[in-house]
Amino acid sequence: MSETVISAKNLTKVYKMGDMEVHALRGLSLDIYKGEVVAIVGPSGSGKSTLMNILGCLDLPSSGEYSLDGEQVANLTDDQLADIRNRKVGFVFQSFNLLSRQTALSNVELPLRYAGQVEGRKERARQALIAVGLEDRISHRPYELSGGQQQRVAIARALVNDPAIIMADEPTGNLDSKVGQEIMDLILTLNKERGTTLIIITHDPRVAAQAGRTIHVIDGVVEGQEQ
Amino acid sequence: MKLTQVLIEALESLNANKMRSGLTILGIVIGVAAVIAMLGVGNGAQASITGSINDIGTNILFVFSGNSDAKVRNPRPLTIQDAEALADIFAAPSVQAVAPVVQGQNEISGGGQKSSVQVSGVVPVHAQVLNESLSEGEFFSEANLLGRASIAIIGQDTAQTIFERKSGLVGETIRIDGQPFRITGVLASKGGGMMGSQDNRILVPLTTFQARLKGGANDKVNIIYVQAISAEAVPSAAEEVSQILRTRHRTEVGVDDFTVFTQQDFLSTAQSITGVFTVFLGGIAAISLLVGGIGIMNIMLVSVVERTREIGLRKALGARRGDILTQFLAESSLLSGLGGVIGILLGWLLALGIEQVSIALDTPFKTAISLDSVLLATLFSAAIGLFFGIYPANRAASLEPVEALRYE
Repeated sequence: MSETVISAKNLTKVYKMGDMEVHALRGLSLDIYKGEVVAIVGPSGSGKSTLMNILGCLDLPSSGEYSLDGEQVANLTDDQLADIRNRKVGFVFQSFNLLSRQTALSNVELPLRYAGQVEGRKERARQALIAVGLEDRISHRPYELSGGQQQRVAIARALVNDPAIIMADEPTGNLDSKVGQEIMDLILTLNKERGTTLIIITHDPRVAAQAGRTIHVIDGVVEGQEQ
Repeated sequence: MKLTQVLIEALESLNANKMRSGLTILGIVIGVAAVIAMLGVGNGAQASITGSINDIGTNILFVFSGNSDAKVRNPRPLTIQDAEALADIFAAPSVQAVAPVVQGQNEISGGGQKSSVQVSGVVPVHAQVLNESLSEGEFFSEANLLGRASIAIIGQDTAQTIFERKSGLVGETIRIDGQPFRITGVLASKGGGMMGSQDNRILVPLTTFQARLKGGANDKVNIIYVQAISAEAVPSAAEEVSQILRTRHRTEVGVDDFTVFTQQDFLSTAQSITGVFTVFLGGIAAISLLVGGIGIMNIMLVSVVERTREIGLRKALGARRGDILTQFLAESSLLSGLGGVIGILLGWLLALGIEQVSIALDTPFKTAISLDSVLLATLFSAAIGLFFGIYPANRAASLEPVEALRYE
């Protein structure tokens, strides 16, 4: 664990809600290394969602420095941010967020399409689906799949573009504990096999316990870490 | 993303809401069909009027008394003598034939029926100058003219009214202003054009009209038709005719008391009138196309709101502003494009229908769907799809990914 993938220094984020200013992040700093599995935990309102949005390049910090996989992210345009999300970040959401009208394969292809890749696109998407154990569900649509299978499709979509990090926001939140554990096993296995850095935002202490490191965020700053 | 891919996705998403997409397309279909049909009717009317003006004859000049362009004191009427002077081959070498006409609305009767019909006193050359042909009998001869013969040639509709048949009428007698006339011919049907029926009229020799019928007391004629020797000779014929009449009427310089109208003048007047008519009809139809466009905008706005989360997800996966913009513009263009194609077909059918109705109403005219109007409707509907799609698409593209993903 030498190479840093994420390096954040003094991140702040201020939202304006009417006349009030809400300080979601107050000078938060953290480093995450290549291949790590990190759980970010904290009560609701602690700023962990804001942190995830900034780390996942969905949003920009109000101040502070952030570099992802060697690229400075502050001061980028919307389109440049979209490119970075496309190439370097894979998202796994609590509610799966699949396109309901499209097949599993098309859903997994989506990031490759936005990357402008044409050749070998279908094959790469198929390989990703095989990696998550869905080789026999390739042309199914989301409503024909169980919750666990849908989350597997979402995981395949997250890793199809070989991102530097995978951001998982409560990945097991909508699943029962057995299926949730299967999903956890899957992403931990993929992390071991591929060395993709994995960041899990969660409330669930059982999920956090499986991470190599847990970062506690309270009131917009890092309050403590455990290995 | 490739264009085909974009179009396929747009089709898929329109397909997911069949009812809604269908109704939106219907708005455009009605608009485009209305534009196509109305332009077809307008162009058809124009062609029909142009046709009936051309049917009057070839290389014709119309000479009237009076002048609407200038203030004339005591305009002199046109007379038989004026017409004779115009036929002078040395003074007017460009003139081939001259056909003066005196007209009146006269009472006719026969077989117990009465009617009021336009009666024209004409000369033998009239048949040649104005393309008159007969379905039976013969046209007047010079001898008839000299002898002031009481003979008449009648139109098909007049024949139908008086005798309840359209043929076998030569030798029958008809009374005009109470005086008996022997029928020597029946005019071939010219059909009812946009200028009214040409079949309800009676021709008699000019001299007979002057001697015996109401309104024929002096040498006055209503109109003189002049035929030029060729199409190129029409302007010089007009100049010669004007010169002769100026001398004969002793008009002040620049103040003619008569008007010379060429067939071309008539055509351009008629075309400018039907042009206005076409623009008017097309304009009204275009309003419905506009309404259809607003329908597209409305549906696209609803669609953007409904798919906020989807847009957020696509952005999270790396879709740029332009990708989202293209996606929604593709959908709106597809709506208007499909509507345009169906609308063109429907408009064409509508024009055919109008044609059938006009035949049933006995004023047949052909509608004309031109390539121009098809192109116009296609471009216009495509432009409407883009124009009314841009605002919703722009809204979709400007959504913040964080906000959009959080949207329930």
